[in-house]
Amino acid sequence: MTFDLDVVLRQGGFELRVQERVDARAVALVGPSGSGKTTLVEVVAGLRRPDRGTIAIDGRVLCSTAAGVHVAARDRRVGYVPQDVLLFPHLSVRRNVLYGARDGASADLDDVTELLELQPLMTRDVASLSGGERQRVALGRALMARPALLLLDEPLAAVDLPRRHRILQALLAIRDRLRLPMLYVAHAPEEIRVVADRVLALDAGRVIAAGPPADLLSADVMPRGSTTRMIGGRGLEP
Amino acid sequence: MTWGPLAEIAVFTALAALGATLLMLPPGLAIAWALARGRFPGRTVLETLVSLPLVIPPVATGLLILWLFGPRGPAGRALAWIGVDVVFTWRAVVVAMAVMGLPLLVRTARAGFEQVARRYEQVAETLGAGPWRVFATITLPLSYRAILAGALLAFSRALGEFGATMVVAGSIPGRTRTLAVGIYSFTETGQDQEAAALLAVSVAIAFCAVLASNRLARTAAVR
Repeated sequence: MTFDLDVVLRQGGFELRVQERVDARAVALVGPSGSGKTTLVEVVAGLRRPDRGTIAIDGRVLCSTAAGVHVAARDRRVGYVPQDVLLFPHLSVRRNVLYGARDGASADLDDVTELLELQPLMTRDVASLSGGERQRVALGRALMARPALLLLDEPLAAVDLPRRHRILQALLAIRDRLRLPMLYVAHAPEEIRVVADRVLALDAGRVIAAGPPADLLSADVMPRGSTTRMIGGRGLEP
Repeated sequence: MTWGPLAEIAVFTALAALGATLLMLPPGLAIAWALARGRFPGRTVLETLVSLPLVIPPVATGLLILWLFGPRGPAGRALAWIGVDVVFTWRAVVVAMAVMGLPLLVRTARAGFEQVARRYEQVAETLGAGPWRVFATITLPLSYRAILAGALLAFSRALGEFGATMVVAGSIPGRTRTLAVGIYSFTETGQDQEAAALLAVSVAIAFCAVLASNRLARTAAVR
């Protein structure tokens, strides 16, 4: 999977300027807050228009200001899970999951439900879900729309430490079983080490480092956290 | 004092106000949504136009409606062509009530739409939903309390409509006489008991409607 990201976006005093071509299954975006990670994800999702640039995933052009192409968010086939997951509060878990379902989705529903262990949650009220459960439901909702690319914004941020391994397992299953490419904002070293095969480190709207996780984990650009022990202890390290 | 005609006035007014509310809902919601979400030229002008009935004298609004829907007005001529008379009929009452209530519906519904986080709509878009589906399945359900509150407020305003109704529909007993117009007419002719009875009915209906509207608006804000 090739991610062609050539984006210039100005907003107030902030300028995001990214020009990278990445071959990877899962790309992790890291960097301090305000470095432009979320903005980049939103640009790829089609929720923000870059001032200039081209975005292509495996040759499929989603946006090219030079060619006057801007594929609408609803036609991009990207599964987007924002940081606050934004489950629709007025719909049941089941109806959230089915919101973007394509025709003939019953087989998909079985697969997604099994993959993310959603069955016990289906009849629950959205407001009653824990952080980890919300994240799984949001992943399920995104997957049901049969995306060609998954965009995640800090999928572990709102998840309690002991429950993080479950989300990591889900991300691995999505990457390896569904072979769905991912671009995600990483929160903790674990989700980089376990899930990503390429890392882009951003600072102040610029890519300051790019490469495989092993190379960058030793560098001074990775997020720090105390979760290594917790997750590593559950045998998820590759 | 006979109760029959008074009850008739009360029922007619409530039905006309209900009809006016239903009539203004589609354009009202469209305008409210456009003002809440749209960025288009003339937005401020539209915003101002919609609010005008709140501030110009109702009699002046009535005169404008009369010009529009009168036999020589553009809308009046078009409707006459399909055999529909408006001025000095129950239809004029409904139109006057709708025009006067519209600003209240638009303002409340707009606030409701603005409270719906745009990001829920964006997530729906990434899931493949087009603008209509997003509106019907996300925006509308998340703002229905505000819409209902606005509709009730507009209904209450319609119940008390006087100035514009007087100009376009007059006070024809059994045909166009509403509670507000009735109170005025009975007072003019010295029928104080009838006026007092209509007053009591007006206060009771309006009190219930505004109470319900306020409750809805409060729960809408809490959500």
